[in-house]
Amino acid sequence: MADLTELTTMIEAALPGARAELVDQGGGDHLAATVVAPQFAGLTRLEQHKLVYAAVQSRFDDGSIHALALRTRAPEAA
Amino acid sequence: MTDTMTMTEQEILDQITSEVAGNRAFLYLKGTPEMPRCGFSNQVVQILNHVGVEYGSRDILADPRIRQVLSGWSDWPTIPQLFVDGKLVGGCDIVTEMFQEGELQQLLGTEAPSSR
Repeated sequence: MADLTELTTMIEAALPGARAELVDQGGGDHLAATVVAPQFAGLTRLEQHKLVYAAVQSRFDDGSIHALALRTRAPEAA
Repeated sequence: MTDTMTMTEQEILDQITSEVAGNRAFLYLKGTPEMPRCGFSNQVVQILNHVGVEYGSRDILADPRIRQVLSGWSDWPTIPQLFVDGKLVGGCDIVTEMFQEGELQQLLGTEAPSSR
């Protein structure tokens, strides 16, 4: 069972300035996240997703997350 | 489709790099494009068919070592994996999002949706 608040904090701590929104897609271990982070600017989606997965890897490793569907983007240019 | 069962892991890796280099688009999936055996693989197949691009493919379920060697090489844990022009584009989430945004069609040089 994943702790959505903790995961949000983990993502936002790994990517300072990021905003992460997580939802449970069922069962508590299949999650979906939307992450907007300044670090994503100029990266491919693959690279963006890798940054988010890296931030929560320990929760995959301990089995609290099974799947994390991602939507990622850089903030709109000011 | 080459049977990998008699291959060493190095030979499997050589085959993967040659498939990825030798095809404009190449998909590693569970099952075949005609009969995908996982919902995520099926979704990518449906998108590629809809976009109308020719692509090569390999069923990673044919030999458990394919997935292991592939993921070690591509540094991406899940299946499916779509490669275009020798580079990993992503799995189901990324391909779906790029398709919805018209980016996949641009990358593949097929017709992009009308401007929004």
